[in-house]
Amino acid sequence: MPEPRNVTARDRASGLGGATILPLELEGVVFEAGGQTLIHALSARFNAGPRTIVLGPNGAGKSLLLRLCHGLLRPSRGRVIWHGRQDGHGQQDGHGHPGGERLDRAGQPGRETRRRQAMVFQRPVLLRRSALANVAYPLALRGMARAEARARAAEALARAGLDGLAGRPARVLSGGEQQRLALARAWVTEPEILFLDEPTASLDPAATRAVEELVLQIHAAGTKIVMTTHDLGQARRLAEEVLFLHQGRLIERSPAAAFFAAPRTPEAATFIKGELVI
Amino acid sequence: MIQRLLVARALPALALIAGLAPGPLRAETPAITLASTTSTENSGLFAHLLPQFTQSTGIAVRVVAVGTGQALRIARNGDADVLLVHHRPSEEAFVAEGYGVRRHDVMYNDFVLVGPRADPARLRGLDDAAAALARIAAARAPFASRGDDSGTHKKELDLWAAAGLDPSAASGSWYRETGSGMGATLNAATGMGAYALSDRATWLAFRNKGDVEVLVEGDPRLFNPYGVILVNPARHPHVHAREGQAFIDWLVSDPGQAAIAAYRLDGRQLFFPNAD
Amino acid sequence: MDDFGHAFALAFELIVRLDADLLEIVGLSLQVSLTAVGLAALIGLPLGAAVALFRFPGRVAVAALLNAFMGLPPVVVGLIVYLALSRAGPLGVLGLLFTPAAMIAAQCLLVIPIVAALTAQTVADLHEEYDEALRSLAAGPGQALLTLLWDGRHSLLTAVLAGFGRAVAEVGAVMIVGGNINHATRVMTTAIALETSKGNLALALGLGVILIVLALTINLAALALRDVARAQHA
Repeated sequence: MPEPRNVTARDRASGLGGATILPLELEGVVFEAGGQTLIHALSARFNAGPRTIVLGPNGAGKSLLLRLCHGLLRPSRGRVIWHGRQDGHGQQDGHGHPGGERLDRAGQPGRETRRRQAMVFQRPVLLRRSALANVAYPLALRGMARAEARARAAEALARAGLDGLAGRPARVLSGGEQQRLALARAWVTEPEILFLDEPTASLDPAATRAVEELVLQIHAAGTKIVMTTHDLGQARRLAEEVLFLHQGRLIERSPAAAFFAAPRTPEAATFIKGELVI
Repeated sequence: MIQRLLVARALPALALIAGLAPGPLRAETPAITLASTTSTENSGLFAHLLPQFTQSTGIAVRVVAVGTGQALRIARNGDADVLLVHHRPSEEAFVAEGYGVRRHDVMYNDFVLVGPRADPARLRGLDDAAAALARIAAARAPFASRGDDSGTHKKELDLWAAAGLDPSAASGSWYRETGSGMGATLNAATGMGAYALSDRATWLAFRNKGDVEVLVEGDPRLFNPYGVILVNPARHPHVHAREGQAFIDWLVSDPGQAAIAAYRLDGRQLFFPNAD
Repeated sequence: MDDFGHAFALAFELIVRLDADLLEIVGLSLQVSLTAVGLAALIGLPLGAAVALFRFPGRVAVAALLNAFMGLPPVVVGLIVYLALSRAGPLGVLGLLFTPAAMIAAQCLLVIPIVAALTAQTVADLHEEYDEALRSLAAGPGQALLTLLWDGRHSLLTAVLAGFGRAVAEVGAVMIVGGNINHATRVMTTAIALETSKGNLALALGLGVILIVLALTINLAALALRDVARAQHA
């Protein structure tokens, strides 16, 4: 069982015997849908290490950005590059597929790369099986033997404080418990990077706190965190680095302390004051 | 886990199929398939007759009981080993075309004209079947016809011809072609108080007579002979020729003929043996 | 109308007496229909899921055909299978005509469209919900298909039960390909048809009552099993 400590991705990668997938580089990524440009020529680099919060008002394109990074959407133009290697089929025709794609016989792009990532959505999508089985599921997908998968899943549940609920049907758990279960499921595969899309937007404060603590734990164990939120307080609590998005553009990027103390752009300043950014 | 479940279901299913299919997968008692008509089946004759044959020879008989037309088609295709029906012209054509080896007389009975007790066409007591049909046509009384190319149907058409009438023009009004077997046609006759032509065996065994009863009988044209034929192994090599011939031999022999004569329903003899 | 009373009395008597012929017929009905439905599920579940999930040329046509064939007339299917299995037909050498195997084949063909079409709908709905999460977890297409089938198992059970209902209730197909041979291929529905043609209407109705009770029992058992499974580990 991995001890929570400040492990860098490179440390772990050498332990795994395979190349790390970080840094993640976005080069001029554009996303268009329904005749509109929703993400404008966005370039950014995500290194291992700091907890990165993607901040911005609703409709800024934060969720789209996460999905483009994770490969759930393909950019209309531009490139998504993991550790110097282009992601799967992303470069071939550059057509975006908004709204999710059907699986096709050519398979999913960059599957190996995808396996070292994980994502938690605003509303957790859990399978109709027990909590333990849900957490063991991604391990089973990777061909792990059933007994070992269940043992690791049990550990992950314990780390998430859910071990008492292992045998319960996942769908009867409370909202907060389900989200922590989703986190445990994401964590059990020891991803290098974890994307979180407004994970606490639907939760009450107590559940939100439990989720935030879990995120901190996961980060401490060595996973890069990239999380979106429109909640200033949450950003202040969790961010080590802030990317501020507005109307599909990356307006500002700074270390957290600098961002909250002295935002460089008027939009960021307006947002931090708690006012509407039009 | 799903894979295990699938296997757990698939194997028993295949085993079941294997158990249910004939052939090398399962030890077989010798058996023949007999294509025959509903009159012999529904009257209970086979239930009485066949066990005696099986006891005597160890050969089982699987009866497919359908209309004469369908029985002939089944035999023609080689899906049966022996044919037992009651329309002599069709049987002789079957042999002539090389599908059957030889036709043997087995037994006979007769057809009867049945109808509602009220008898609107006033047939009761007639012994001329063609004249009876003529009265039905004149009265435009409902008549339920087999309409299915069976032996009974062909006999009925012969009688209309003998009366110099063609009822097909009235099809849909008083002349109702059910396109069904004898039982279904009799059900229809009972249901709509119609006249019908039936072989006596089916009629006697029929349990839904309602207020329908026999009105015309005894006309020599109502004679109903049955013939048995072995499907030609030269045409269909897979036919169980030896067992099929054993069945025919038994049917026309003394024990078989005696068994046919011995069959009673409600105290009445339904079939009269006439093999030579 | 007193045929109904008579029918119930006859049915009751046959059951209580454990009539040997009845047991034989019921046993064969279950054997044939359950096997047919089992095979149809093996084929129809992945087929329906594939139609819902994968893009392939002719996909829309296949989906439309599956929906349309839910209403295939049993007698037509019986006829087609008969022509195929007849000695004069392409598969005649198998010698399967007038055997339970032929009946299973015909009923399987009848049931596959029902199972596949209902599965396609269930899986398509689940796919909406699960697509992003499954892709995020890097599930391959085959893995996703199996996952969706398992997660939809409650709805799919209903689809399979619908298929069973269709199989056990039909007479057109099994009559033609089975031949209603006594002690060999006679099932509940063909026995009912036979008794009707003999004019034994009360008995035919009684057998019908037994058939309905049988179908009801199977359905109740299946749903009870489902509830037990749900309670255990949803």
